[in-house]
Amino acid sequence: MKLSGKVWKFGDHVNTDLIIPARYINSSDPDFLAAHCMEDADPDFAKKVRPGDIIVAGDNFGCGSSREHAPIALKAAGIAAVVARSFARIFYRSAFNTGLPIFEASTLYEAVREGDEIEVDAERGLIVTRGRDPQRFAIEPIPPFMRELIAAGGLMAYLKRRS
Amino acid sequence: MGMTITEKILAAHAGREEVHPGMLINARVDIALGHDVTAPIAIEEFRKAGGRKVFDRRKVVLVADHFTPNKDIKSAQQVKIMRDFAREHRLDHYYEGGKAGICHVLLPEQGIALPGDLIVGADSHTCTYGALGAFATGVGSTDLAAAMLTGELWFRTPESMKIVLTGKPPKWVSGKDIILYIIGRIGVDGAAYRAMEFTGAAVAELSMADRLAMANMVVEAGAKNGIFAPDAVTEDYVKYRAERDYLGWASDPDARYASVLEIDVSEIEPQVAFPHLPSNVKGLSKVGSIKIDQVFIGSCTNGRLEDLRLAAGLLRGREVAPFVRLIVIPATPEIYRTAMAEGLFDIFLDAGAVISPPTCGACLGGHMGVLADGERAVATTNRNFVGRMGHPGSEVYLANPAVAAASAILGRIAGPDELKGVHKL
Ligand code: SF4
Repeated sequence: MKLSGKVWKFGDHVNTDLIIPARYINSSDPDFLAAHCMEDADPDFAKKVRPGDIIVAGDNFGCGSSREHAPIALKAAGIAAVVARSFARIFYRSAFNTGLPIFEASTLYEAVREGDEIEVDAERGLIVTRGRDPQRFAIEPIPPFMRELIAAGGLMAYLKRRS
Repeated sequence: MGMTITEKILAAHAGREEVHPGMLINARVDIALGHDVTAPIAIEEFRKAGGRKVFDRRKVVLVADHFTPNKDIKSAQQVKIMRDFAREHRLDHYYEGGKAGICHVLLPEQGIALPGDLIVGADSHTCTYGALGAFATGVGSTDLAAAMLTGELWFRTPESMKIVLTGKPPKWVSGKDIILYIIGRIGVDGAAYRAMEFTGAAVAELSMADRLAMANMVVEAGAKNGIFAPDAVTEDYVKYRAERDYLGWASDPDARYASVLEIDVSEIEPQVAFPHLPSNVKGLSKVGSIKIDQVFIGSCTNGRLEDLRLAAGLLRGREVAPFVRLIVIPATPEIYRTAMAEGLFDIFLDAGAVISPPTCGACLGGHMGVLADGERAVATTNRNFVGRMGHPGSEVYLANPAVAAASAILGRIAGPDELKGVHKL
């Protein structure tokens, strides 16, 4: 699984209220959620983001509430992956369960700027920055069953496919 | 080797003699909880997996509390999905309308969440039940779906962090202040993935309401769960409520901890968390003069009877400051009724407060008290993120109910001691 896309940068402790404000979670329609994704950080984010873009963030991404609307909104907005220094626990589980690939990388954050292109190689456990002076960053590879789970579109679809 | 209370509960539910931090286990759950925001997604996932029957209709608990009484068409649709599912599966524990309260206050009160249980809920504040001596943690909707279907879920056994509380809390210092103080010290990811175990001589003095408020907020430090070993206070709270048998576990003397934090609670003053992180705390004496527009007393952190009594004690014979709104939301129907019977509603109404039926409401900027751009609120809740209670340009200051009540009267963030010169009606 290889993903490449343009970087959107967010800082530390990006919480689920920022990813999808509580005022919109009276719905669980992915398209509706996507339209308001990251709105309180950047009101035009949903308009500007392109399918395949990648979020790069600092520590504790996805902290706060357990709303699965957060990974759902990111995925529906077109975000192909989130690379952060660390993730909050519930978000970490839910991202995989909903089929949103996420990666921990300790030093990537400082090395990239918003708008840079990066390539994530989930099998080899590598992130490469695109451009004149490519840099490489090691990440924990996603094990095969997790890749299958993501390809199926989430835990339940994966379980069903296997049963 | 000794085990912590968290490890013992997990081991018992995984059918193992022993577990240790880092170990991945599959464990049986006693309660699987969802609410009107998270359950509809779980129900859809349940169906996607081909689910026809819940694992145990007594153990799946659904509560309509977030946007209820349904605030708009979208919320009504969500609750309908949940209600239809509860009816179809004949769930014993479905709460809506006059039976519903905020889930994390309702479950302990109704004796559904009990000591020794393993509880998962599709809500991050599911960790609240750790106050009873249960292992309780928040999960996403898909995990809830898996738990509703199979009655099991995988877990990574967390490392434990021991918090030793000593001393006697000063007047006006509650469980809320102790947990805010701890979050201020260790940060919003200071306990990431860990169990926070509260021990020490001061624990015996903490009421169940204090403990519930503390366990409620451990997730604000990133913890997986928070836990208090059951004692006499727990027994008193649980014995007439429990709907089934329960077990009291305790950590072994030689249990291992990733870290130990000692806190003398006699040195803590009431705490206020400034926008926009719960770790952004200051002692009340260092707050300065901050004018406010709204005060909210309620939520799964501080919407209990003890909290309302405390606030009413200060509001009795006094009035809310001009141009300030005070919103009081008793967390459950039982609290609502008792507060009314005790005359607290008269005090609130005389002071100029609004009393809402039990709901999460204002806590998440859902309804019943949403903030406008630039407005400031003091709230007895647990989160003050950007836009948490309304417009992204609004601000939320977290505090205990006594500080909230005093602030409502003075129109700025203030402590109860500042009310001395304030005339009663
Ligand atoms: S009261 Fe607030 S924090 Fe508690 S469950 Fe409701 S929305 Fe969540």
